Order: sequence, then structure tokens, then C-alpha cells
Amino acid sequence: MIYTLSNLQMSDGSQVNIVVEDSRITSVGSHVEGDVVDCSGLLVLPGLVDLHTHLREPGKEDSETVLTGSRAAAKGGFTAVSAMANTSPVADTAGVVEQVFRLGKEAGLCEVFPIGAVTVGLAGERIAELGAMADSAAHVRIFSDDGKCVSDPLVMRRALEYVKSFGGVIAQHAQDPRLTEGAQMNEGEVSSRLGLMGWPAVAEEAIIARDILLADHVKSRLHICHLTTKGGVELVRWAKSQGIDVTAEVTPHHLLLTDDLVESYDPIYKVNPPLRTNADVEALRAGLADGTIDIVATDHAPHPTEDKECEWSAAAFGMLGLETALGIVVKTMVHSGLLNWGRVAEVMSINPAKIGGYSRQGQPITPGSTANLVIVNPAEEWIVDRDQLASKSRNTPFHGISLPARVVHTIFEGVFVVKDYALTGMKHE
Amino acid sequence: MKNQLLSINDLSHSDVLSILSTAAELEKITDGPTKKLPTLRGRTVVNLFFEDSTRTRISFETAAKRLSADVINFSAKGSSVSKGESLKDTAQTLQAMGADAVVIRHGSSGAAQRLADSGWISATVINAGDGTHEHPTQALLDAFTISKRFPDRKGDLTGLKVAIVGDILHSRVARSNVLLLTKLGAHVTLIAPPTLLPVGVESWPVDVTYNMDESLELFDVVMMLRIQLERMTNFFIPSEREYSRRYGLNEDRLRRMKTDAIVMHPGPMNRGLEISASSADSGRSVIVDQVGNGVLTRMAVLYLLLGGVALTEDAK
Repeated sequence: MIYTLSNLQMSDGSQVNIVVEDSRITSVGSHVEGDVVDCSGLLVLPGLVDLHTHLREPGKEDSETVLTGSRAAAKGGFTAVSAMANTSPVADTAGVVEQVFRLGKEAGLCEVFPIGAVTVGLAGERIAELGAMADSAAHVRIFSDDGKCVSDPLVMRRALEYVKSFGGVIAQHAQDPRLTEGAQMNEGEVSSRLGLMGWPAVAEEAIIARDILLADHVKSRLHICHLTTKGGVELVRWAKSQGIDVTAEVTPHHLLLTDDLVESYDPIYKVNPPLRTNADVEALRAGLADGTIDIVATDHAPHPTEDKECEWSAAAFGMLGLETALGIVVKTMVHSGLLNWGRVAEVMSINPAKIGGYSRQGQPITPGSTANLVIVNPAEEWIVDRDQLASKSRNTPFHGISLPARVVHTIFEGVFVVKDYALTGMKHE
Repeated sequence: MKNQLLSINDLSHSDVLSILSTAAELEKITDGPTKKLPTLRGRTVVNLFFEDSTRTRISFETAAKRLSADVINFSAKGSSVSKGESLKDTAQTLQAMGADAVVIRHGSSGAAQRLADSGWISATVINAGDGTHEHPTQALLDAFTISKRFPDRKGDLTGLKVAIVGDILHSRVARSNVLLLTKLGAHVTLIAPPTLLPVGVESWPVDVTYNMDESLELFDVVMMLRIQLERMTNFFIPSEREYSRRYGLNEDRLRRMKTDAIVMHPGPMNRGLEISASSADSGRSVIVDQVGNGVLTRMAVLYLLLGGVALTEDAK
């Protein structure tokens, strides 16, 4: 099968035709071959890559499955997602990661890379069989207890050391558990007024600081999940200046939302780590712009309606992210002049693919590359409607808001999994 | 006035004065042998208590009954967070039963607002204490009690010096009182160890001190808060004895207060811990008055929120 995407705008501003043959790009330039899909006015980026996705399967299929999460990913322009380990059972064995990997293959809408748990049952006590997961068919390279922090410094040190044998990375959910017992939202002026137990920035920053020093000491690779504080950005900036091998991510929601939204007590804004202050948001944007923060990751966290339709303290932490991520990054970073489209491709595709070692993702749009592409209309605004999302859950805090840069087509290994805004029902076999 | 009372912020200055004067009016009317008014006959008030609080429930129950409302006590302790019925289902049940007002006490901050904003129920929602957020009717009854002890001020508390002493961090009573008393012009000072003050308290319209003995002789009102015994296990205070020595109201401190200064406590008291028996029972203490004033203030709130006919007409 050969087709041509015509009159596309590249992120550098040039106009090209892209010819795709089976799963590969064969020509980028003026050549036309096969069926022509007119893409005038549209912009092409390498398919987006998410390093932080909760697909909930196995165990919580009422919130999301690998298939429904893959659909949401495709609609959001992602050609790869990374399934977090906090499933039930926990993805702490080769068997579970292979199951998730196989479900991803069967869905066929994007690559699904399982993330393995660092410790058995996410309990933080014994290191899981990381080598077995690395050697499995799922080829796991990222390990994380996300949702929980690897808080024991000795466990963290050993995990960092151990993954060096197969080029792995530990993705840390930085949250000191003692400083956040019962915590409900960012600790500050708003939490004090609302009478909600505070979640101090220092609980995140203390772990980041410790882990940076550990990673330096054992010369291993550390990735900081969902950075949310100004102080955390400073710590990562310092670490990079010292040549320490640390990468960091920020979520779209932490680039846009602040803790004053909690004044409504609507648990749609309840998330871990919590929404912070405006000063933190500014620091995160600046950090993403100057490269201190390497990537945007969604922390897509689906929950069933009843887990949000209740009082704040009883509600679950987390919000959807896959289908709104690109729009929020464009709204907060491109429209503000902090990032150009080339940098958007870096932080949402090229860099995450590099951190995860995802060889078919985040490739340059040149002949020979795998045809993993997202094609967007940068000028098109759309209104987020939670009832129109492909995710099985509805817990988006962005319902009703207008976002730029709508995803028009998503091409996964040469196959149009999304065409003209809609899932095609086609998949990569 | 809004048709719900979730926070003191729901009340304008004139709303507050109207509640206080209505409470005073109700006191006059119900002072005789007949304590009951027919005003809310046929209306249903539900006391929805997710937390045990016999005092607050009885106070609301008495208030509603004195206005001739039908009262349903719905004790739902532990039914929301633990396995069982959700707040939503409970609300819809009460809606189906035709509740006109729901008085809600809940351990989760914001639960009252959640109930009012959710669209699950159309009844008037009155917050009877939500987590560590607010307890607006307690603040109203405190303001009413203060006004009665300083009658010349006629509800204007401008310049009155009020100290609130104790566990500010976890106190819904303190939050509501700070909002209300400052709205009425009072000058509020919070006295607590740093561990029991919220982060960001600098932005509150109050003075803060860690030292109880620094300026005790300046206050017109000293409001003592209950200290929960579990605060010890989370390192907020080293021991009961130390807390009592540094922040307890004892006879020495009582003696140093201004001659006409009063002592308040929202109850229930830990006698011998935050307040000595002699202070609680002294002539300065208005703690028992607070209980009676609680009924009158809650009558005024129910009366005004449920749109009872104008009081003077009714009374005549």
C-alpha cells in the first residue's frame, strides 16, 4: 500500500509531500505516489510518545482497558504509550508485563510499552525481578512504582544500580510518604483556607534532591515523573548543570491548572501530585522551554464516575490526559511563544522516545523512518466534550474549554488509525 | 441572603446583622411559657450527620422544633467513605422524601458545598461543620454571645480584641470565627504553637502569636479551642502537660485578663487541659450561654433561610 500526504507543513515551516509505503516513509519532498490525501493547511509531527499512561488493565477495566486507552491515545495523536505498573495484579513480573504488551499488540492502535514496578507489589520493600521483565517479550526498560514513591533510600539506590545492567531507568514518583500522610491538595494559602490537609512542595523536592544525589553517586539514570514545583525545577536544573544523568517530565495539567480551582471542592481537580500555585506553573513552563524539563507526559489517569462524584476526601486522585495533551501544550507553550513546533516535537515525541529507548518512535520525518505521524490543524480550535472522548472514563478537568491544534489524522506504522478526527477502526496487524 | 449557608463568606455584613437581630427578637418572643412558634409548620428539616456530634444535632433539632418544623435525624456515620451509601445517594434519598432543609455535618472539608453545588438536591443546605473547613453557625452563635455581653456595641464589634487560642490548624470553629468576627470589625489574634497554625496564616486578616502570656491583658474575648488528644501522636505537641502549661487557660491567666473580658469555648471541653475547671466555671465564662444562644441563632438561620414570614408580623 502506497499513499501520499500532500502539501504538509513540517515543523520547520517547509511544505512537503510525504510518501508512505506500508509502514515506512519512502519520500519527503515533491514526489507523489499512490492515493493522495490532501493535507493543505495541516502540520505534521512525529507521532506523540507518552511515557506515563495508566491503562488500568489488568484489574480495573471499568476505568480503562488497553484497547480503550489505545483509542484515546490515537485520538490524541500518540503512536506510543507507556503503561504504568499500578494495575491489579501489579506489573511486577514478566507475566504481567507480557500480558499488557500482548494486549497492546492486539489493540494495534499504538505501541504499548509496559513499565515494570520497581518493587514487589509497589510495596517499596523488595526489588521486583527487573531483569526478568527486561528480558521478557515486553522488553521493559522503564521501571516505576508510580502512585507510590520508592521512599526507602536503600531500595532506591539498589534499583538505580541494578538497572544499569540492561540500560534501564528508574522513573520516580517523588513524594515523601510521611510528609504527605492524609494530604489532599497543595499546602499553602488555599489549603489552609479550605481546611484540606496540605501536600507540601518539600515532600516532592526532598525526594528529587535525594535521588539526584543517589543517581550521581551510583552513576545511573533517573527520570523524575510529573514535576510540579518551582523548587523541583531548580533541583533538576542544578543536576543537569553538574552533568548528572537525570531527565524530568511535566504533565499538561500542571502546565495549565492551579490550586485555587480546588475552591469548588470538585474532585475533578483532585490529582497526585496536586495542582500547585501560579508561581509553580510559571516555573514549569520556563523549565520546559529551556530544556530543564525534557518531556511532557500525560499521567492519563482514568477513574469511573462514582470515584469523582463524591466529597473531596473520598474521591480518587487523577485526571484524563491523552486526548487533550497536545492542545494544552500548544495553548500554554506555543501560543505564549515559549516553544516552537520543532520543540513541541522534541518534548512530546523525540525526547520521550529517547528516554524509553523506543526505536521506532520519535524518528526524524525522513525516508526510511517508520511512518508514525500525527497531523494537526494548528489553526483549528475545538471544545473538549467529556462525552465525546474515546477513553472509557469521563474525568477530564478540561470539559467545556476550547483548545487549539486539533488532531486530524494519526498514522501508526503507516496505518490511518485516526482519519478526519475519527477513529477509523483500522489497526496495525 | 443566599438560600444556603455553607461558609461565612456566603453572608454579607447586613445578612449577619439580620441573623443576630432575628436571634435577639426570637429570644424575646420565646422567653415566655410558650417557647414554640408556628413559623415553619409543614416544613421538613433533616439533620444529616456523618459525624457524631450530639450537641450540634440537638441544638439544630431544638431550633427547628421551636419553629414547628418536622425534624428527621439521619445519622449516616461512616456510610460514605467506607463501603456503603454515597453522599449522592443519601442526598437523592432526602430529596425524594421532600426535605426543605438539610443540616449537614461531615468529616470531609467541602462536603456541604459539594452537596449544595452538585445538583443532587434542591433543599436549602446548612453547614453544621465540614471537616476542618467551617462551622458557620458556631461562629454566628459566638458573635451573638459576644454581642449580648457587650450590648452597647449593638452588633458592631469594631476594635473589639478577640483571642482565639489553640488548635487553629484543625479548627473549623476558628476559620468561621476569623471570617465572621473580622467582618464585624473585631481585631482577632490567633494564639497557638507554630505546629497548630496553618501554612500561609500570614495572609489571614489576623495577628498571630506563639506566646499566650504576651498580651493576655489586652483581650476583651478569649476563645479557647478544644485540643484533640490524637494531636500528640502526630507530633503537633510534645505532651498534654506541656500544652496545658503553655496554652491552657488557668487561674493565673484568668486573673490577668481585663475586668470585663469574657471566656468562651465551643465545647466539648477538656477540663484541665486547654481550660481549667475554675476558668470554665468562673463569672467570666459564657460557655453555658453559648449553648442557649446556639439554639436561638440556629432558629434565626433556619427562619431566614427557609423564608419564614416577616418576624414582626408573625409575632403579632
